[in-house]
Order: sequence, then structure tokens, then C-alpha cells
Amino acid sequence: MHELSLMEGMVQGIQEEALRRGFTRVHQVRLEVGRLAGVEVEALRFAFGPTTEGTVLEGALLEILELPGQGLCQACGQTVEVEARFDLCPVCGEGFVALTSGTEMRVKDLDVD
Amino acid sequence: MCTTCGCGGGEAKLDGQPHSHPHPLDHSALRPGRRRISLEQSLLAKNDALAALNRQAFLERGILALNLVSSPGSGKTTLLEQTILRLRDRVPVVVIEGDQQTSHDADRIRAAGAPAVQINTGKGCHLDAHMVGHALESLSPAEGAVLMIENVGNLVCPAAFDLGEAHKVVILSVTEGEDKPLKYPDMFAAADLMLLNKVDLLPYLRFDVDRCLAFARRINPGIQILHVSAQTGEGMEAWLAWIEAGRRLAMTVRKTAAS
Ligand SMILES: Nc1nc2c(ncn2[C@@H]2O[C@H](COP(=O)(O)OP(=O)(O)OP(=O)(O)O)[C@@H](O)[C@H]2O)c(=O)[nH]1
Ligand SMILES: [Mg+2]
Ligand SMILES: [Zn+2]
Repeated sequence: MHELSLMEGMVQGIQEEALRRGFTRVHQVRLEVGRLAGVEVEALRFAFGPTTEGTVLEGALLEILELPGQGLCQACGQTVEVEARFDLCPVCGEGFVALTSGTEMRVKDLDVD
Repeated sequence: MCTTCGCGGGEAKLDGQPHSHPHPLDHSALRPGRRRISLEQSLLAKNDALAALNRQAFLERGILALNLVSSPGSGKTTLLEQTILRLRDRVPVVVIEGDQQTSHDADRIRAAGAPAVQINTGKGCHLDAHMVGHALESLSPAEGAVLMIENVGNLVCPAAFDLGEAHKVVILSVTEGEDKPLKYPDMFAAADLMLLNKVDLLPYLRFDVDRCLAFARRINPGIQILHVSAQTGEGMEAWLAWIEAGRRLAMTVRKTAAS
């Protein structure tokens, strides 16, 4: 269940942004989470309510944009989609895939007041 | 009380005591108006910033910090006990123990002759940089010490949380099956050293060592691998030599940074 601590870290980071940038309320927060980030999107949603209580994020809408696992095959050179982090290239079946997306877990933006 | 992290607390306990922080929000500096703010901030940013503080403290004091990760029962604490017994006359060793419950492991470490702080993570499945920062306040390791951090037994979550360590060391015992590196690749990708433990049991098991090492290197071509038995002491010399080399490096880097 490390989604809970990821959410706690996010809330702290946004609380600090609130101080720095001068907002008191977040209406919506958008996250980008890669399919290979090892994070359960449902567990993030579940943790959002309890961790945001009493913060500038309380009552905010949580939107999670899932990003596919994608990379460049080191053998055939094609850009391919992968299901898991260390899968071999699904096209040629030989190359390691150097990931270009899919492992991110970040706050993209906030709608604030 | 925490001066650096301003966190809200959580249920982590240090040697059984809860810890708390002042609330960081100052409502006086606010500007009005609804707007969209682009952040592009990692969910791990907070942890990574605190890990950087820990790492800085290690650098300044020439401390070698190791983060020991594995599934439950691979032999982390036994290995630490045996390491302390062999090192303690030459090298100051201090230990941070992470478990969900109990202080059994810290008690075992103290009995082996090293100072230890027990962190109980409650429901938490890993240590984070914040807990380690607080544990360091009460441990205050000497200059040139070796700090061993025994993470919560879990091959998944600790991979993502930097504690400020120089290296993650993954311990895999031969009773766990040779395909663990493929099943939990993130951990084996994050580690610089793999200790294959309980090799004294190999005669009694069907465990293909070469296959296991090939799996580990498929995930992490640069990983170093040592074979050890915390029970019989086999392979301990190479492990101690690896630690001492890391410690010499930490002390040399500290001198060059200071001059
Ligand atoms: N045969 C054999 N047994 C070992 C070895 N190392 C540890 N053990 C045994 O494995 C069991 C678990 O060892 P621990 O050191 O408690 O393992 P751990 O990884 O610290 O466990 P957790 O902290 O609970 O995750 C104990 O019964 C140890 O005696 C070894 O090299 N050989
Ligand atoms: Mg243990
Ligand atoms: Zn290919």
C-alpha cells in the first residue's frame, strides 16, 4: 500500500505550493501515472479522500491520466508499446526496450483559488 | 520536533514513540483568483528532497549508508548481526531497523553490539526518507561510520523510496526460488549489490544458481553478486571487503569535499 504514502507526499508538496504561490483551495488536481510505474490507480483514488482531509485539497476533484508504457527497441529500433517494465520487444522478440514513457507518477496541474 | 520536513505526522513510530510536527501553512500570504497552475511534480518529490538532505549529511560526515532490502525472512537481521560481530572492533556500525511491528530486530542488533533505532511503520510497507531523517537525529552516527538500514521485508514498495543511501543491497535467499529477480524486477534494478544468502542450504534444494544470477543480470547488467551464508559465515569476507571499500570511498570523498 505505498499509494497511501505517495498521496501523503503529494499533499505535503501541494500544501507547500499553496504557501509559495498563494492559494487556499484546490478545485481539481490532475495526475499523470504511467502503466509501468508500479502504482495502482484505484489505490491512489482510495487514499485521496483521507489524506486530503483538512488541507487545501479537501473536496477537490481527482483526475488521473494514465500513460501507456512505450519505448525504443534496442535491437530493431522500432517504437513499441510494452506491458511490463523489463519485457523484451513485442515486435522482434529480441531487444531490450529503452522506455520513453510509462514510469511517470506526477502532479500535472492544479485548478486553484 | 521536525525543522526540515514540516510533515503532518503519520503513524510511524520511533522506538515506540509517536512524533509530531507544527502545521506549516501560513494563511497570511495569500492571493485571490481562480487559475490553473502547471506543476509537473513527481509524487516522490517530497521524499526525494528529504533523501537528498540525508545524503548530504552522510557526505559531510563520511558515512557509508546502505539500504538492505528483501522479502521477509531472507536473513537481513542475521546477516547484520554477523557483520557487526566481525566489524565492530574496527569500524563504528549503527543500524536503523524497519518493521511494521515489534522491536525484536533492534533488540537483536543491540545484543550484537551496535546502536540501533527501531522504526515501526504500522501499516506502512516501507521506510521513507523522513522516518530515516528522524532516526538519524537520535542515532547521530560518528564520522566515518557505517549505517545499515534494514528496510521492511517487502520486495516491492521499498524500491521506489530513496532514503539517501549510497547503495541498495538486495538480499535473496536460496529458499525463495530463482525467479525472484524476474517477478520483482524493480527491486533488482534499483540495487547495486545482490547477496545470495543461505547458500549453506543449497545441497538440500533444487535451486539453479546460474539461472538465478542470469535472471538478475538480465534485469540489471551491472549488478554485483556475492554468495553468503549468514549461518556458517561462508562468503562473509567478500561482503566485509565490499563494505570497507565503500567506507574508504565515503571518507575520501568527504576529505576532498572539505578541502
Ligand atoms: N540456513 C540458514 N538460515 C539462515 C541464514 N540466514 C538467516 N537464516 C535464518 O532465516 C530466518 C530469518 O532470518 P532473519 O535474519 O530474521 O530474516 P530477516 O530478513 O531479518 O526477516 P524480517 O526482518 O522478518 O524480514 C531465521 O530463522 C534465520 O536463522 C543462512 O545463511 N542460512
Ligand atoms: Mg529482520
Ligand atoms: Zn525490437
